[in-house]
Amino acid sequence: MSRILIRNGRLIDPASGLDELGDIAVADGRIVGLGGNVSDFTPDTQIDAKGQWVIPGLIDLAARKADIASEARAAAAGGITTLVMPPDTDPVMDTPSVIDWVQHRADAAKGARVVPLGALTHGNQGTTLSSMAALAAAGCPAMSDGGTPISDSLVLRRALEYAHTFSLPSLLTPLDQSLAGGFLHEGPTATRLGLAGVPVAAETAGLGRQIAVAKAAAARVHFGRLSSAEGVRLLSAARNDNRALSADVAIHHLFLTDQDAMDYDARFHINPPLRDIVDRQALRQALADGVIEVICSDHQPHDTDAKAGPFASTAAGASAIDTLLGLVLRLVEDEVVSLSAALASVTIAPARLLGLESGQLAQGAPADLVVVDPHSPWFCNAQTLNSRGANSPFIGWEFSARVCHTLVDGRLVHHTPE
Amino acid sequence: MSVQLNDDGELQHFLTTEGLEPQLLTRILDTAESFSGVIGKSVKTVPLLRGRTVINLFFESSTRTRTTFELAAKRLSADVLNVGVDTTTTKGESLLDMLHNLQAMQADMFVIRHAQSGAAEYFARHVNPGVAVLNAGDGWHAHPTQAMLDAFTIRQHKGAFEPLRIAIVGDIRHSRVARSQIHAFNGLGAGEIRVVAPNTLLPADVDSLGVQVFNDLSAGLRDVDVVIALRLQRERMQGALLPSEAEFFRHYGLTEARLQTAHPEAIVMHPGPINRGVEIDSALADGPRSVILDQVTNGIAVRMAVMTMVLGVAPDNTRATS
Repeated sequence: MSRILIRNGRLIDPASGLDELGDIAVADGRIVGLGGNVSDFTPDTQIDAKGQWVIPGLIDLAARKADIASEARAAAAGGITTLVMPPDTDPVMDTPSVIDWVQHRADAAKGARVVPLGALTHGNQGTTLSSMAALAAAGCPAMSDGGTPISDSLVLRRALEYAHTFSLPSLLTPLDQSLAGGFLHEGPTATRLGLAGVPVAAETAGLGRQIAVAKAAAARVHFGRLSSAEGVRLLSAARNDNRALSADVAIHHLFLTDQDAMDYDARFHINPPLRDIVDRQALRQALADGVIEVICSDHQPHDTDAKAGPFASTAAGASAIDTLLGLVLRLVEDEVVSLSAALASVTIAPARLLGLESGQLAQGAPADLVVVDPHSPWFCNAQTLNSRGANSPFIGWEFSARVCHTLVDGRLVHHTPE
Repeated sequence: MSVQLNDDGELQHFLTTEGLEPQLLTRILDTAESFSGVIGKSVKTVPLLRGRTVINLFFESSTRTRTTFELAAKRLSADVLNVGVDTTTTKGESLLDMLHNLQAMQADMFVIRHAQSGAAEYFARHVNPGVAVLNAGDGWHAHPTQAMLDAFTIRQHKGAFEPLRIAIVGDIRHSRVARSQIHAFNGLGAGEIRVVAPNTLLPADVDSLGVQVFNDLSAGLRDVDVVIALRLQRERMQGALLPSEAEFFRHYGLTEARLQTAHPEAIVMHPGPINRGVEIDSALADGPRSVILDQVTNGIAVRMAVMTMVLGVAPDNTRATS
């Protein structure tokens, strides 16, 4: 395995609070030297990171429906070193053999790592428990409902209890599906456009039930993709009494609102729906307050056909791995959170949730690293997107920082030419 | 929403009544008025669209609307092609393929009805320059020619819009007609627009469209000059939205007796087709207050007006009067 020395970078590690100029030495897939001038190390490769940042590789808690190989490489180009994949794949990730297959595909891609989440129930059907211990042994660090809430509360309770038996956190989708039969946030924009709306209650009705069941199960539960101010309030109150609860937000909910869809632009057809400006502000505040700890891309690349046609006939979801880092840094520019807190939400916070060793710059930690040039602006457009999904809501946006080098497991998997 | 206007602020498509300037709305009505004479004369055609091809592309079945569009096009001497489309072919790419194929037949205008909101705008964004799209109804979103023919009928009977109180009664939630009426009447300066419905038939934040909201019919009809009943789709009458037709009629059905609180000379309208005894009592629909058949007749002149305006061939005299 290659020995790499990254020299003279600004090392930023939210986990330890480290923020100083120095070197990082990498050997055998691990960080073997950190900070100051690393001496006594003979590298095969040197990377000069003068004027650049060296940060832990991003851990993206939710990235879906990808062609694994292409998206793992696109993720690496975007500074993401770990893609966490929900189990609603085809076939569903509910048996070790499917997990093995997914990991095999991911390893062959030589891009970001892919961490599979196991299905809480067989086939994501919400009726019988999956073989969670076997899934954990096969490499799943957590269990998930795969975007489809378990509607039977008793099954949900048993699934959470059983997952917790093996110290597996459960990732749930806060949703009441009977209220969610729409295409846009229920409000003035949907009414104007004549589109069926998804009320905030679709989130809070689901979340409220899941909070109650999580408490009964005494389990570690994480809620994926909060979208509303009401949802934040509910979670915040619940966390006062149950610290085993946490949540994430999709990056686009921190920047966009339902009004972005006002010309029926299908790139803004997303689940949960983009909500209004009050919700967006509440999500930003929740991030600043630590009520929401994790940001994910909720990456859902679609081919052009799937996003063509009248709004309601298009596939929901946004292509988001290319812009995750740029947008997270924009939260710092917008003075929502500090640089350290922003980076924590996509590195150490998801790592702790899943019990991963990565997500930090530490002696002995996996060498999942990104070198970023903070002053290298780029425009998001069809040419600069690496994902196969052209359905980015951020086409036309400019970002200030560019990924120069990405290391996964000590290997240089991405390098942007000067 | 500016896709329907060209750089000079003139209509190049007609997709929605929302956001149109009062002068433009008035010009549509004035142009329609100049054509309404044509209908009465023995020679019923003018050559304004001679040599042009209009394609009626209907993804939802419709007799009345399609027929009046067809008549309007024929009275303008256009060639008309009616294309009915099986609604199972609604996937994006095949929609576009179909559009491109039809464009290859040198169509100048598409009249489109589709079950999904935004369909007409989607087509308008994908047609070749110079080809016009008229929205003949898209989902719950808009039915702008219906709204304009309603405005025309109201002007015919009531004159200026400013002093008018207009009540729209029934299924507002699923109604493209109601949305287009609200935008058109507001644009034309109507004094007050009310919607009257049970809460299950009102969309969220309906007041944001610029209306007063009433649950009670007699309160909603008090002193109104115009009452518009909306069609209630039969499939919506059972189940979660409404308990029964009978209960709806009891509380929201229009009858002569319920119009007692309205202005004595209030007119009654309905975009058709009527469910007699559900939205409106037969005696009222066929009685002296009813202008429902005027609406149908006026539909032809209004559609002629819009067809000439989007192709830039509207008679000049009507532009001068605006």
